[in-house]
Amino acid sequence: MQEGQYLPQSIVDPDVTSPERKEIRINDFAFKLANVNGTGSASANGLLMQAIFRMGIPVSGKNLFPSNIQGLPTWYEIRVNKAGNTARALDYDLVVAMNGQTYERDVREVRAGGYLLYDSTWPLDPHLRREDIAILGVPLAAMCNENFREPRERVLMKNIAYAGALVAILHIDMDVVEELLDEKFAGKKALRESNRKALRLGLDYAKEYFAPLPFRLEKMDANRDKILIDGNTATALGCVYAGATVAAWYPITPSTSVMDAFKEFCDKYRQDPETGRNNCIILQAEDELAAIGMVIGASWNGARAFTSTSGPGISLMNELLGLAYYAEIPAVIMDIQRVGPSTGMPTRTQQGDLLECAYASHGDTKHILLFPANPAECFEFAVKSFDLAERFQTPVFMLSDLDIGMNDWVVPRLRWDDSYRPDRGRVVSAEELEQISQFLRYSNEDENHVAARTLPGVDSRAAYFTRGSGHTKTGAYTEIPEEYQEVVDRLARKHKAAAKFVPEPLIVKRPGAQIGVVTIGGCDLAVREALDGLARIGIEADFLRVRGFPFGESVEAFLRDHDVCFVVEQNRDAQLKVLLTNETGAVKEKLRSVLVYGGFPLSAKHVIEGIASQMGEWKNAVHQ
Amino acid sequence: MPSISKPTVIHPSLRRNELGLTVRDYEGSMSTLCAGCGHDSITAALVRAIWESALPPHMIAKVSGIGCSSKTPAYFVSGAHGFNAAHGRMPPIATGANAANRELTYIGISGDGDSLSIGLGHLCHAIRRNLKMVYVIENNGVYGLTKGQFSASADVGSKSKRKEPNRMAPIDPVALGLSLGATFIARSFSGDKEQLVPILKAAMTHRGFALVDVLSPCVTFNDHEGSTKSYMHVRNQARAATETDFIPEASEILATIGQNGAVNVTMHDGSMVSFKGVPPDYDPTDREKVFSFLQERQSKGEIVTGILYIDETVPDLHELSGTPNFALTKLPYEKLCPGAAALEELQEEYR
Ligand SMILES: Cc1ncc(C[n+]2csc(CCOP(=O)(O)OP(=O)(O)O)c2C)c(N)n1
Ligand code: SF4
Ligand SMILES: [Mg+2]
Repeated sequence: MQEGQYLPQSIVDPDVTSPERKEIRINDFAFKLANVNGTGSASANGLLMQAIFRMGIPVSGKNLFPSNIQGLPTWYEIRVNKAGNTARALDYDLVVAMNGQTYERDVREVRAGGYLLYDSTWPLDPHLRREDIAILGVPLAAMCNENFREPRERVLMKNIAYAGALVAILHIDMDVVEELLDEKFAGKKALRESNRKALRLGLDYAKEYFAPLPFRLEKMDANRDKILIDGNTATALGCVYAGATVAAWYPITPSTSVMDAFKEFCDKYRQDPETGRNNCIILQAEDELAAIGMVIGASWNGARAFTSTSGPGISLMNELLGLAYYAEIPAVIMDIQRVGPSTGMPTRTQQGDLLECAYASHGDTKHILLFPANPAECFEFAVKSFDLAERFQTPVFMLSDLDIGMNDWVVPRLRWDDSYRPDRGRVVSAEELEQISQFLRYSNEDENHVAARTLPGVDSRAAYFTRGSGHTKTGAYTEIPEEYQEVVDRLARKHKAAAKFVPEPLIVKRPGAQIGVVTIGGCDLAVREALDGLARIGIEADFLRVRGFPFGESVEAFLRDHDVCFVVEQNRDAQLKVLLTNETGAVKEKLRSVLVYGGFPLSAKHVIEGIASQMGEWKNAVHQ
Repeated sequence: MPSISKPTVIHPSLRRNELGLTVRDYEGSMSTLCAGCGHDSITAALVRAIWESALPPHMIAKVSGIGCSSKTPAYFVSGAHGFNAAHGRMPPIATGANAANRELTYIGISGDGDSLSIGLGHLCHAIRRNLKMVYVIENNGVYGLTKGQFSASADVGSKSKRKEPNRMAPIDPVALGLSLGATFIARSFSGDKEQLVPILKAAMTHRGFALVDVLSPCVTFNDHEGSTKSYMHVRNQARAATETDFIPEASEILATIGQNGAVNVTMHDGSMVSFKGVPPDYDPTDREKVFSFLQERQSKGEIVTGILYIDETVPDLHELSGTPNFALTKLPYEKLCPGAAALEELQEEYR
């Protein structure tokens, strides 16, 4: 670039020299990238996130994207925090405004004293200026138009160019960025060169015109034993490690990438080296009714089978879920929750399927649910889902969500114990059949109230007729009240027994705690961060995150031992609170809600405000 | 469905098949359907066909939806596992079951309500996947179990018991199968065991999805005058378009085939379907010809029966999916889990 070629159209930085600005914050800030979807910004944003991760700094990236392929607003938020508080920030030190449609809003979101970086190829509307922030103009389009010929390339490279500018002003390690580009474009020389060039454009420009910002990055060593992975990939990996051989699905955001990843892993790990055959089968079903039917059919035959879906899919699966519950057939359902009801907001996150899954289907039904909080738990719980489904011969739901499933998270490296063997539950083998005089499907329950099953194709003496119609404890058809009740009562006992097998809740106690805070799934980080914030304003709280349903004794005890528990969750109707009230001995009046359900991930701010604002109310109520 | 067990006295004169089993070994519990229901005759034909084919009972899986017809898997081969699924949902259950264990012979029983209304989508997709199974539609033109409403297979003008005519065009499973690319299509009549048994035997050897539409009068709700699915009407209008022999060992009869202008189709397992009497110009392997033949005959009110179409060249779901030639459930866990070392290595990609 020739010197002085692009003069910044506006650098408004009223107080870069003010003493407050001089205080430099290291590894503790958040920035937001506002883009138009379909313009290739995802790879630039991902690059930034990954570079920060490789610098060893705790980081999170939240992709807030539209249900659209091209042309609508999309945001990517990155938060770095040396203490590991990487829940959503809500408060941005820097906003990169690349989308004219949302300019106004994006400018507003910069916190006072913060920075806005924009494409100064076009002049900034004077109305959109703010006196209390610094505005950095980089002529991104102009630079890219001059340096790249293809129209598509010009658009794509603008993203890499702003990444280059950020490298300069945030002190992102250029060696790390170069290394990432080398890996990404290994064998694609031309692309590698364009990316390098675009990165340089932004970097050189920023170096020339801007001082580094008062918040920036410095290498740490927090990620040595960590990986950067999204929950859906981890879920799929869990299914591979669990030994699933049959997968059935119907595409739906945000669950689709579970099956995409499963397919990739199967290509890698399930192609028989000797025969070249696929040691698994993936069925793209005609709808979710079929997908769950396939899972049930395969599990009936003894395969480990699963489906991945989201709320609308669960709605469609309801009838057959009841069949699997009543006829006692294992099934694993990965529900990657999104915003409902109906089509809702398909690319936004929510925890809105709790009650739907807990009681899916007509009649008296109750299911086993697992609630992972992050990709590491997705991996672990995915495996667990299959063990529980087979042990209890029943559908098991793992409730992930869009935030966990589709965003990249920094989590501890996944571990695998090679001594693990699947729990196939009570399945009578041909040899065992020799020892027994008669096989009766729903009799001889064990201590967990599970009766043994046989698999088709084993022995004609073990054959039985699986039915969703009324049946006796021998599996025969019945319409007699006592015979019907005998079986469904055992099912209720069986469900209760599962409480000891689902993952224990995570409990953190603080000395002098006045209240309890109960939460679930992806709220984890935000709530834990909030506990410190609450302590700072004099509210000490114990913490419990439920990780499975049915709830066990430790959940009961926690609820019992606190005068009040705030239940933090991401849905309008306080579904976790309802489930706790319904399924534990908890006194309804002792539970209060903090509900955030607009579709974006939870922030500690929401929790602190939600609890603090109710504290007075609660205290008054207690002292009345 | 109440199941009443039958006395298991075996008449000494009963013949035994290759496995040393008698027909009685292929029966199920006592039917609780209405006396004279067509479905019971189909059950009897199935028992016969499976016995003659000498399938080991435990290597059969019976699947069905919901309806009078879907109850019938309880009435044959009690030594086979059965799965009475939900209304219209048998094809997905069968697909998953077959995906997990391709070694079993899948026999699906459905009704016209089960297959042509609530489960129509699933049926179409099972056809598309060429799922290896026998799929019998016990077709009576009504919903028997919910007491006689018209089903989607009711013909235009066919009258209900209350004398109200059906006015909507029927969905014909045979025409549907042809248009979707089904690879084995047959139609028969519950009252014609002579024809039905060899059809079922051939269907069991088919490489993929064998669609068998069997007209099966409902004596209680659709056997009156004015109904086109009554015994009387079907008996009068049924015309066997093809007469077939099913020959289990093709090699035995190689000398005689190719004579009398007969068309022979070798099935996937090496057995053979020999079309003896075929109308001039009829080729059971030519989809278009079969289609126009059926159109023409059906427009005259004929009910065309027999094995109408076969294509043994199309791979089934497993062949399409490149799975092993044995049950996936037989794969030991050690082959399925990549292990700790692989996980360590893989995670280098997530850095
Ligand atoms: C979801 C659902 N809807 C409705 C029913 C009620 N139902 C039971 S059987 C049946 C129709 C059966 O008709 P068909 O499949 O033709 O069998 P048929 O009784 O005639 O043999 C209906 C509508 C049901 N069991 N499930
Ligand atoms: S109602 Fe009709 S279909 Fe049902 S059992 Fe009776 S005769 Fe058969
Ligand atoms: Mg019917």
